[in-house]
This record gives sequence, C-alpha cells and structure tokens, in this order.
Amino acid sequence: MTVRRPLPIRYLAPLALLPLSACDWVVMSPAGDVAMQQRDLILISTALMLLIILPVMALTVFFAWRYRASARRDDYDPDWDHSTSLELLIWSAPLLIIIWLGAITWTSTHLLDPYRPVARIDAARKVTPQAKPLQVEVVAMDWKWLFIYPELGIATVNELAAPIDTPIQFKLTSATMMNSFYVPALAGQIYAMPGMQTVLHAVANKPGSYEGFSANYSGAGFSHMRFRFHALDRSGFDQWAARVKASKAPLDRATYVKLEQPSEKVPPMYFGQVQPRMFHAALNMCAQPGKRCMDEVMMVDAHGGAGKESAHDTAGLRHDGTIDVGGFHPQQPGRKGEIAQPAGMTPAATRTPAEQGDQAPGQKDHDGHAGHQGHGPTP
Amino acid sequence: MANTTTSDSAFLDAQGNPLFHLAREPHHPEGASTMLGFWIYLMSDCLIFACLFATYGVLGGSYAAGPGPRDLFDLPLVAVNTAMLLLSSITYGFAMLAMEKNRIAATQLWLAVTGLFGLAFLCIELYEFAHLIHEGATPQRSAFLSAFFTLVGTHGLHVTFGIVWLVTLMVQVGRKGLILANKRRLMCLSMFWHFLDVIWIGVFTFVYLMGMLR
Amino acid sequence: MSPHPASENSGIWKLIFGRLDWSAFPLHEPILVGTFAMVAIGGIAVLALITRFRLWGYLWSEWFTTVDHKRIGIMYMILGLIMFLRGFTDAIMMRLQQAMAFNGSEGYLNAHHYDQIFTAHGVIMIFFVAMPLITGLMNYMVPLQIGARDVSFPFLNNFSFWMTTAGAVVTMMSLFVGEFARTGWLAYPPLSGIAYSPGVGMDYYIWGLQVAGVGTLLSGVNLIATIVKMRAPGMSMMKMPIFVWTSLCSNILIVAAFPVLTAVLALLSLDRYVGTAFFTNDFGGNPMMYINLIWIWGHPEVYILILPLFGVFSEVTSTFSGKRLFGYSSMVYATVVITILSYLVWLHHFFTMGSGASVNSFFGITTMVISIPTGAKIFNWLFTMYRGRIRFELPMMWTVAFMLTFVVGGMTGVLLAVPPADFVLHNSLFLIAHFHNVIIGGVLFGLFAAINYWWPKAFGFRLDRVWGKRSFWLWVVGFWVAFMPLYILGLMGVTRRMRVLGDPSLQIWFQIAALGAVIIGAGIACMLIQFAVSIRNREALKDVTGDPWDGRTLEWATSSPPPDYNFAFTPVIHDGDAWADMKKRGYERPTKGYADIHMPSNTGAGIILGGLSIALAVGMIWYMWWLAGLSFAGILAVAIGHSFNYKRDFHIPADVVTRTEEARTAMLKTQLAAQG
Repeated sequence: MTVRRPLPIRYLAPLALLPLSACDWVVMSPAGDVAMQQRDLILISTALMLLIILPVMALTVFFAWRYRASARRDDYDPDWDHSTSLELLIWSAPLLIIIWLGAITWTSTHLLDPYRPVARIDAARKVTPQAKPLQVEVVAMDWKWLFIYPELGIATVNELAAPIDTPIQFKLTSATMMNSFYVPALAGQIYAMPGMQTVLHAVANKPGSYEGFSANYSGAGFSHMRFRFHALDRSGFDQWAARVKASKAPLDRATYVKLEQPSEKVPPMYFGQVQPRMFHAALNMCAQPGKRCMDEVMMVDAHGGAGKESAHDTAGLRHDGTIDVGGFHPQQPGRKGEIAQPAGMTPAATRTPAEQGDQAPGQKDHDGHAGHQGHGPTP
Repeated sequence: MANTTTSDSAFLDAQGNPLFHLAREPHHPEGASTMLGFWIYLMSDCLIFACLFATYGVLGGSYAAGPGPRDLFDLPLVAVNTAMLLLSSITYGFAMLAMEKNRIAATQLWLAVTGLFGLAFLCIELYEFAHLIHEGATPQRSAFLSAFFTLVGTHGLHVTFGIVWLVTLMVQVGRKGLILANKRRLMCLSMFWHFLDVIWIGVFTFVYLMGMLR
Repeated sequence: MSPHPASENSGIWKLIFGRLDWSAFPLHEPILVGTFAMVAIGGIAVLALITRFRLWGYLWSEWFTTVDHKRIGIMYMILGLIMFLRGFTDAIMMRLQQAMAFNGSEGYLNAHHYDQIFTAHGVIMIFFVAMPLITGLMNYMVPLQIGARDVSFPFLNNFSFWMTTAGAVVTMMSLFVGEFARTGWLAYPPLSGIAYSPGVGMDYYIWGLQVAGVGTLLSGVNLIATIVKMRAPGMSMMKMPIFVWTSLCSNILIVAAFPVLTAVLALLSLDRYVGTAFFTNDFGGNPMMYINLIWIWGHPEVYILILPLFGVFSEVTSTFSGKRLFGYSSMVYATVVITILSYLVWLHHFFTMGSGASVNSFFGITTMVISIPTGAKIFNWLFTMYRGRIRFELPMMWTVAFMLTFVVGGMTGVLLAVPPADFVLHNSLFLIAHFHNVIIGGVLFGLFAAINYWWPKAFGFRLDRVWGKRSFWLWVVGFWVAFMPLYILGLMGVTRRMRVLGDPSLQIWFQIAALGAVIIGAGIACMLIQFAVSIRNREALKDVTGDPWDGRTLEWATSSPPPDYNFAFTPVIHDGDAWADMKKRGYERPTKGYADIHMPSNTGAGIILGGLSIALAVGMIWYMWWLAGLSFAGILAVAIGHSFNYKRDFHIPADVVTRTEEARTAMLKTQLAAQG
C-alpha cells in the first residue's frame, strides 16, 4: 500500500522552493542575450521601485499599529492636515524615482527596439560588422507557425531552429488573425499581424530546446499554437537544415493555401524547397490564385485610386471569408454552422507529391462573380 | 440662482455666528442645469465625430484599387448642400430672435423654414449617396468609402433626428406656446443645430475640399 | 449579405425568427440546462413571492419608476452584486479548467465554451459589475455630500439605470439563447469580424455594450451637471468632499471616453452588418485602428473605475483616523493630473505592435508619470493616519488592506510600462495578476470599504462585524493565494487565455490559484451571510443618530436612511469637512419652520425605454428585422411622448416634512436617553 503524501505539503512545497526554483523561470533565466537584457531591466526597475514601495508598506503597517485608537496616544492632532515640507517630499520622492526609471526606459527602449539589429552576441562579445544575421520569415496561421528560411530555401511548420551566437532577424506576418510571436527563452515578443510586417532581432546563446507560442489569443485552436525552438551549435544547425532540405515536399503556393486553412495540433513539417517570394505572397495576402497583392493595390492607391470604372472591379481583393474558421468549434461535429474538421495536415514525410499539388477543398475563389457580397464561408 | 452663489460672509446671522442652513429654500429654477448638461452631451457627441474623422484620416487613402475622391465627389453639388445647411442655421437664428420677443407665429415660421432647409440638405445628400452607390462606389467597396459614408452618413442621421426634434418642438410650441420649458428646449435644439453646422464645415473642408486635393 | 451558417430557417420562419432556431438553445449542454433550471426555478420563486405578497405595485411605483437618486443608487448596487456572482462563477470555471487541463487532458471545457467564459468574465466584471457598483455609489452619495435634494436630471438618472440593466439582460441572455463572443473582452478584429465570428456571440457583445453605454454616458453627464450646479451654498470647488472631486473626475472621463467606445463598436457593427471595410484584412481595412480606438476608451476606463474609490479611501481614512485629510489640495491636483494623463497612455497596451522606440518610450514614460500623483495619494493617506486615532472598523480594515495590496499592483504596473520589460511580460499571466491586483485590490476593496462605510446611511443599521471580518480575511488571503501564482507563472512565460497547458510542472501553481479562487468564493459567501445576518439583526444594529462613525461630511448630517428630500433645510457650508465643522461649532438641528419641498415626480418612461432597447438588441442580434424596426419606432415614440409630459414635479407638503423630522427628533432622543 502506498501512502499518499498529505495534501498540504503538496501545496506548500513549491512555496518553500520559491527562491530556489527561480532559476527555472524562463523569463528570469533566458537563453538569449536580448531576453537576458530584458530580464536585467525587470530586476533593475523592480529594485528601483522597491526603494519607495517597501518604506511605504512598512510605514503603513507601522502607522496603522502605532496610531490605533486603543493606544490613546496624546500626540493626537485632529486638525493637522498640511505640511509644506512633507508635501514636497511626497511629490518629489516618486518624481525622482520616475525620472531615473524614465531615463532607463528611454535608453533601453531604443537599445532593445526589436527593429534594431542586435549589437552584441552576449555581454562579452560584440557582433562583427561583417556577420550577416540569419533570416527567418514567420507566418502565423490558424493555428500553427510557418517558418521560412529564405537564404537556405527551406521551410518548416511548428519547428524553429537557429545556430547559437548568431544574430537572427525575424520578419513576421500573419495569414488571418493577430498573433504574437514569443519565445521567452530567446527574446521578447512581437505581434504578427495580417497584411503587415513586423521585425524582431534576437540571438540565442545556450544550446537547448525551448518553447515558443502565440501570446495573443487568436481563436479556438490558440492553446495548441505552439512550436519548439532549437538553439543548436553550428554543426547541429547545419545538420538540421540538411534534414529539412532532404524533405521532398516543396512549399509552393498551392501547399501554402492548403496550409492556411485552420488546423490544430499540427506536428512539425519540413519543406525542402520554397517557391520564391513565398513570404511576399503571405504578407500581401496573394498566395491564392487570382488574388491581387496588397503592395500593388497600395501602389494604385498612392496614385489616387484606379478611376471611376474600378468601382465594380473587386476581383482578387477579398481575403476575409475565404479562409473559414467556422462559426463553432470543430470539435463538436454535427452542430450547424460549423466547418468540417479542417483538412488534416499530415507530416511532410508521409505525404505524397500528388497530395501536395491538390487544391484544398472549399478553396474556390468567390471574387469576381460574387463581388462584395461574397461574404461568409465557402460551401 | 442669486442666493446660491453668494460668498461666505452672507451666511452669518445677526450676531456674526455662522448659519448652517437656509431658513428658506434657495430657488433652484427648473432646468437650471439643462444648458450645461446639454452642452456636455454635445461635447460627447463631438467626440464620436472626432473618432469618425480620425478613422477617415487613417483610412481615407485606402481606395482598395478603387475610385478615389477626385473620381467621385461632385463639389458644386456639395457646395449647394453646404449652403442649405448654413442657411438653415441662419434661419434658426431668426427663430431664436423671434422667440426672444415671444412672437409665436414668427418663431414657428422660421422653424418651418429651418426644417425645410434641413430637409433639402438631406435630400441632396441622399441623392449624392444614391448616385455613388449606383456607380458602384458603395460603402463596401473600400475602407475609404466605408469611412466616407459613415462620417457623412452619421452627420446626416443627426440632421434627421434634428428635424424630427424640430417638428416635435413645433407641435409643442403650437400647443403650449413659448413657455419657459419650450424656450429651453428650443435653445437646446439651437445648440444642436449649430453644432451640426460646425461639424459639417469640418466635413466639407476635411473630406470634400481636401479630398479633391489628395 | 450571404446567410450566416447559424440557422437553417427559411421562408416565413426566417422572416419572423431571423436566424433564431432550436439549435440556439443549448439543450444538449447539461451544465447550461442545469444552470437554466436553477435560474428559472429561482426566478419563478422570486416572482411568486412578489405576487404572493402583492409587491408588484410597490416595486413599480416606489422602485422601478423612481427618480430618487438614493433608490436608483441601491438598484445599481443590487445589479452590480448579482452580476458579480455571474462573473465570479466564470472565474471559478476558468480556474478549474486551467487547474485540470494538463498531461494531455483537455479539461472539462472545450474551446467553444472556455473562450466564451473568459470573454464573458471580462465583459461582465468591467461593464456590469464594476461600472454599476461605482455608478450606484456615486449616485447615492454625491447629492448627499453636496447637500442637494437630487441629481440635475432625475428622469435621465432612472433612464440610465434601466439602460445599464437592459445591457446586462442582453448579455445574460446569451447564456441560454445562442452564445457569447469568443474573442476576449475587447474583441479585437479581425477575429471579431463577421468572417471569423459569424455567430450571434459578437452581436450579443456589441449590443449589450452599446445599450449599457448609453446609460453610462448619460449618467456621466448627469453627475457632472449635478456636481457643478447643485452644490449647497458655501461649498466652493475646493470645499467639496474628496469623494465628490474624484466622482467629478471619473464622470468627466466617462463623458470623454465612452463616446469613443460607442463609435468604435458602431464601426465594428457596420463591418458585421453592412459589410464595410473598417477593420477587415481586405479592401483597405485596418484592424489596428480598432485596437487604438478601443484602448483610447479602455485606458481611461480603468481610471473611471479606480478614481471614485480613491475618494472612498480618502473619506474612510480621514473619518476613522478622526482627522482632517492630509494634503486635501494636493489630493485634488493629483486626481486632476491622473484624469488628464489617463488619455496619454493608451498605447502601452500594445507596445508589441512595433510602433518604434520613440513612440513606445513616450507612452511608457507618460504611464510611469501617472504613478507620481498616485504615489502622492498613498502618502496622503499615510499621513492622514499619522497622529490620528485609528478605529479599525471594517471600512478602515479594507483601506489598509488596499494600501498594502495596491502598491504591489502599482509596482508591477510600472514594470509593465517599461517597453522592453513589457515585451517579455505582455499578455502573460503576470499581466493578468497585475490588473487583478489593482482592480481587486483597488476597485473591489474600495467598494467593500464603501459598502461597509455607507450601508448604515442607506439602510439605517450597521453591517455585522463578525461576518464582515471573516469575509475580509478570506478575501485578502484568497486574493494573494489566487494571484501570486499567476505572477510567478507569468515569469515562467505562461501566456493568458490558454485552455490547455503543456508543461505538467506548472500544474501545481494553477491548483494553488484555483484554491485561492475557492477561498475568495468563501469570502463572497461570508459577505452574503453578513448582509443576511445584518438584515435579521437590524434592530440590534440600528443607527439612530444618522452618524454612526463620527463622520465628517454632509451625508452624516441627515438621518439614516435619509428622507426622500435628503435635508429638511438646505445646508450651508463653511468648511471642507462640513459636518465635522458643524459638530465642532455646536450646531443645533432646527426643529421647526419647515416649508414645502419641491421634488421631481416618478416616471415609467425609463423602464419602458429600457425594455424596448432589449427588444431592439434582440431583433438586431437574431436578424429579426421587424422586431428591431418596431422597437426602434417604439423607442422614438415613447421618447417623444415623454417630452409631452410637462408636469414632472410635485411638492412634499410642509406637514409631511414636519412629521418626518419629528420622528427623527424622537429617535435622536432615544439615543440620548440610552447614553444618559
């Protein structure tokens, strides 16, 4: 017979371990230099604020006890309500702290701006001017992540890898929803937004496998929108890249369009080839055949529009509604208004080339013949 | 009102001791806060328009490869429309002058004229909208058109409610005459009407004139 | 617009019922059917009791149609407390789900339900708990504190209440008919757009908030006008009680922020109903515009909530320390500075959008600057306690708990205002812990202080101390047990709104948090018991003086509960702490010379308009266009019809006043006799 551990101890144990286990808290002990600097900033700011918070808390308790009615102290002074010197102190003390913190904020916000290329590998090493950062293009989809390595001509789903001590430049966008790309061990997060591009610079220092996920709720499958980030040494990364390269599956537009359809708990997928300008198509929402790329549309707009006749010409402009996330959650088959279980995306290794060429079901383009009335899910 | 705003020294009794209550109720005229309250409401309405202007400012250049302002706006027509609304503000002013002199018939006449100008404004606006939609420049065609129709349409909706209110007030003045409550209501509508005028000047400048310059 | 998938109705059925059909009723969800049965049984029981005791007439004429700011205030509080129970149930369900869903377990809620629950929790707690509770408080106390008989626009006050209630009813309907939004409480597009949320949930959200928003805005206009125009003679702005100041600033924020919410939700509904392209991904729309606009409302909103409670803490600290408030004028300036600054910080809710370093630092620093006046306030309370004689009654206990809790929330808030720190903490459970720390530790603790403080004024008897203390300790302990783990989980990189979690080592923290929620639940139960026990023992707890705490402001100068007309004679003010000043200078209550008192009359227009607004919302949500059209026409007709009613006031005759005041004189004598 086993004796179950008494419940209270189970609950108290983590509290006792609190100071010790702090090193497991990924935000407090990250593996990348950018996240490390952000961690330091948290510690410095907290320390600065504790300079004022702790005395206030102590004084609150002290005053509450010292001036309790039952003590009947004779320094009771019901009409004392003003003291210029005290007033000066209570406004200037927080002011000084905030000036200090404000200065730190200004500099750190500029130094750790996600758009700014990293200047150092870690506290000891600077980035050499000739070092080129690794380019990774990220597309958030419902509900998985697509990573494109344009220089290597490979792409993956839900698996990200990078060599350590090498700056990485992420360019991010999203297929439909607003998501937030976040690998706590590596660097702070940044939104991935449809039709928009954001940039994040980072560098990993410690080899390992870390968690990455979307930090902005984006619908039913959001909880499982997770991926692994492998920080590898140079040879490990090369091997990994070669493994991806060996996959026969190409990431072309047809595959992309199929991939774009909502799906959950998607296992990692490898694509050995990537059609050129895939990210451009994703960013400008024109991977589907017949779509007009947003950058072209914006160019037309910048020139004052396309004239009166263009009013009726809406072909290729619609994007929302062509990707159907369904009125209800897919896990409840039989409910009206729900889409069928999304086209199952199988790992790249098990798929035949024929499958990959297929047009995803329900992917007919409504534009052109349906005009602006073409809302709603496809049949 | 006068009683409520006197200084401290007034609240002493004959011996110079402080008074802690008024033996006689200070007269709060009915509706003393109405103007202030209505003014605050107008400012909140103004913020709704501010949001719509801001939205138009952000989205006004997103034609989605469709037609832009220069393809669509008929400036002379909008100028006539603007004139209608400005004239209606002037005639409302005449109505208020007549009201001050307690001349019911003249007040009603000017109110009617104001309403007619407002109606003319609305008709021209609806004609403009119908024309645009007929040409395919619907609110759904582009973010620019969405923002345009919403901003101008919200103003139009306000004018519509203004006319409904104006007719209601004309009935009430007809029934009760220019009693205090009705005068107060006419003042409120006056503020509302002129406010819509000011908003329209913003629309005309910001949307139409500057749109033609884009 | 093409038909949405939620309904199979066609032909005449579609014309009548829109997209409402049997599938909208969750008959296959045992939890919901059970809840519905309980609500229905409870509801029928209440209705039966009301009928049995023939209370309908009384409720209608004395409460539903009342324009008395005190009764409307109480109705707001009841609404807030009822909705609080719903919001808390959502919280418990979330905590349970997150404590269970590990090791491949999906927990007991699927995404369809879980996502509705966290959305509903946020929406209900902010719009239908915190807002009604603070509005009720301001409604009740502000006219009394400024020595007025009612608010500036008594009918508007009744109308505002019923619009808020109508919004709450619409939101609650979604529980049993259809669904609620699954978008998070601020409903970011494109997720909240028609293409990705085609169901009725988002429409419930939009219409619930739009209807309630009308009420909130009008009550804001009303209270500003009241404070500016209706103050008793002698009460200059700088002699107003601090609660009146904070209420004024809070209502200015309401008037300046809620129109933005109205506008942005209107644009979203145009996208959903008409097919415009404001926040879409296509046709040039820009979802980020929505996020900017909603936070331009959203950030001031949190100051709308907290400012009146800052006023409560000031009143309570001063009263129970038996001292004047330290630094009154710096308190006023601090409040005004917070009011202004709250408009310059909205972008800190989305530093991670990539706005660039200069923009981010600007908004980060303005956010931090807010902590200076807030810090000054904390010091002012501290120095009000200094050299006082602090009586630890329940309101004061809540205040001290607030001071100790809120500073931690403030600190984590400033931390989140440092953009690079926000990049790692944004949207994490650290953020959740932060804002619950300030909203529970600030707004809720303040409301509990206020309820315990002013209950005797509103009902004529004090609240039971024993159950009050139990509730206090359970709440305070429960709060820390529930939210400390969330701070830690945030530092472990756990993000919000997760239905299922991966790493099993995290489970213990979620279990502790769930335990904390249970402790809070016990605290809520004790509070309800406290109310019940106090009502039962009301004779023993009776306050005959009207001034049970040795108060300092005008509301304590009249009886508990105050008569309909508040004050038999309009008071004259010579000092900021008006009532303390009157007591010090040996004020004698006048006992003769009463005159007729001019009062506003009750009206049923408010509740009718509220009911029609519900019908309008239902028509719009379910695409029953005939219902929407009819109820809109009805609203117009009732509003216009109401404007033809010129007789909106009456006089309380002098002899009624005399009788009421003589009863009070007699009651005060029993007090003196008891003391003698």
